[in-house]
Amino acid sequence: MTVVIGFEGSANKIGIGIVRDGEVLSNPRRTYITPPGQGFLPSETAKHHRGAILTVLREALDEAGLKPADIDCVAFTKGPGMGAPLVTVALVARTVAQLWGKPLVGVNHCIGHIEMGRLITGANNPTVLYVSGGNTQVIAYSERRYRIFGETIDIAVGNCLDRFARVIKISNDPSPGYNIEQMFIGMLYIYYDAAHKMLSSGQCTAEDLCFSLQETVFSMLVEITERAMAHCGSQEVLIVGGVGCNLRLQEMMGVMCEERGARLFATDERFCIDNGAMIAQAGWEMFRVGQTTELSDSWITQRYRTSPHSAVKNVHWPDQEHLPGDGCVCVNNQEGT
Amino acid sequence: MAHMEPVNNKPAVSQFLQQAVLIKQGAEARVYRGRFLGKSAIIKERFQKLYRHPALDEKLTRRRTAQEVRSILRCRKAGIDAPVIYFVDYTTNCIFLEEIIDSVTVREHIASAQASGQSVEALYGLADTIGKILAKMHDEDVVHGDLTTSNILLVKGKEGRDGKLVLIDFGLSYISALPEDKGVDMYVLEKAFLSTHPNTEALFERLLKSYTASSKKAPAVIKKLDEVRLRGRKRSMVG
Repeated sequence: MTVVIGFEGSANKIGIGIVRDGEVLSNPRRTYITPPGQGFLPSETAKHHRGAILTVLREALDEAGLKPADIDCVAFTKGPGMGAPLVTVALVARTVAQLWGKPLVGVNHCIGHIEMGRLITGANNPTVLYVSGGNTQVIAYSERRYRIFGETIDIAVGNCLDRFARVIKISNDPSPGYNIEQMFIGMLYIYYDAAHKMLSSGQCTAEDLCFSLQETVFSMLVEITERAMAHCGSQEVLIVGGVGCNLRLQEMMGVMCEERGARLFATDERFCIDNGAMIAQAGWEMFRVGQTTELSDSWITQRYRTSPHSAVKNVHWPDQEHLPGDGCVCVNNQEGT
Repeated sequence: MAHMEPVNNKPAVSQFLQQAVLIKQGAEARVYRGRFLGKSAIIKERFQKLYRHPALDEKLTRRRTAQEVRSILRCRKAGIDAPVIYFVDYTTNCIFLEEIIDSVTVREHIASAQASGQSVEALYGLADTIGKILAKMHDEDVVHGDLTTSNILLVKGKEGRDGKLVLIDFGLSYISALPEDKGVDMYVLEKAFLSTHPNTEALFERLLKSYTASSKKAPAVIKKLDEVRLRGRKRSMVG
């Protein structure tokens, strides 16, 4: 039995989770929410995390019913992400690892999403669409490492949605993207100037703009995923990252999959959104093949790439048996949800 | 082909397609082989995408069809080899084009050359030609949008020598003078090249050299290519 605790705080969520051999024992989280019209800044985010982290750590242990001695390994997000919050969390992880006398494992945040997605959904060898506030990538596993087949070269889709939400002053609680999704009915223009003009002239409502933005941007994501699938000959899609919570995106992806006879895997907000258990899970994978991080190497990095250096080495992705667990949403080619 | 009247309100093209042979279904279009006006033709049908909002779908599909046709015609006018367009049907978003027979994709050509143990230098001539053609295309301000070795055909020449190169699949193409867009075009090719054909960095370098030598506008494009290469790595990845 291997028990791993994972610390995640690369953006505005601080989460600590405990995983034991593929079972999530606890996964508490806090989100730093700013007023409408404002984004979150690194130093304030780090301050928020500092204030919450020890409480969340206590919760993680209590909910799992474990003591520090029961932990085998301490995993933490090495990157990518915002500098100050990453440092805050890494500091605590390093400290407890030394206090408890446990090995450390520095995890790539993106890999954390993917590994948790695979664990929860049981997807075998999927094309992964990783969409969040900070990342928009299409990833597939090939020749023993994760490879980015496509990515945004300007901003991430979640960032795009968040910035738009700020422009039209949508609430950040629980997240801007969630509130965009709640508003709908449609039309087609998205530029900031056009938005203000149209809203003030009553040509369209905020709901119209949200709908249009979603429809257009999500069509792009689905199309790119489909192209990747056609290129790789893949019959499975896994959506991970905060934007993956969006039901309309899941619905659109599901329609595309059905037309191709492919399967869609998606998780719910517990695991789409940044959380500690995903770090623990990726850490578990690394730990059991002997990968640990020396204290001297436990620095954080804001720009940790998904491939090639950060891959979980020698993990035979298609061979592993993962049973779909709680929180799995399998859409299409299946009865029910 | 016998004269066809639309039956039951179905467009004649749809009926025609029923008799054609489906050779490929890509992510965006179905590709058929058939006979059109006595010639062997490829028919590319952009079908409806149900996951998209209908208004968006109609607009995108029509635009892509038009863009593809325009780009091919523009290339041909400039003397770049691309399939001849026979007919375009905007009601079904179908393009009827010339079938390029007796050809292999550059992808297949490189793969078999490597498999048979040929040195990379043997392919330098090919790299030079590709670089030249792409330079010409970009000088016409045509951005291909999907440059991969699967989208360049090598027609068998006389006596087994290499014949001409034909560019195909302009489905994502558009007209642009911006070095940024051309730089991204080359970036896509670089990524596709290096991920499909391992250990061919020298070959691609040769291609870029030929490209640079063949166009006055090339330096600006290469500069943008360098910038774009760094962008993926230096982008802040938060959340």
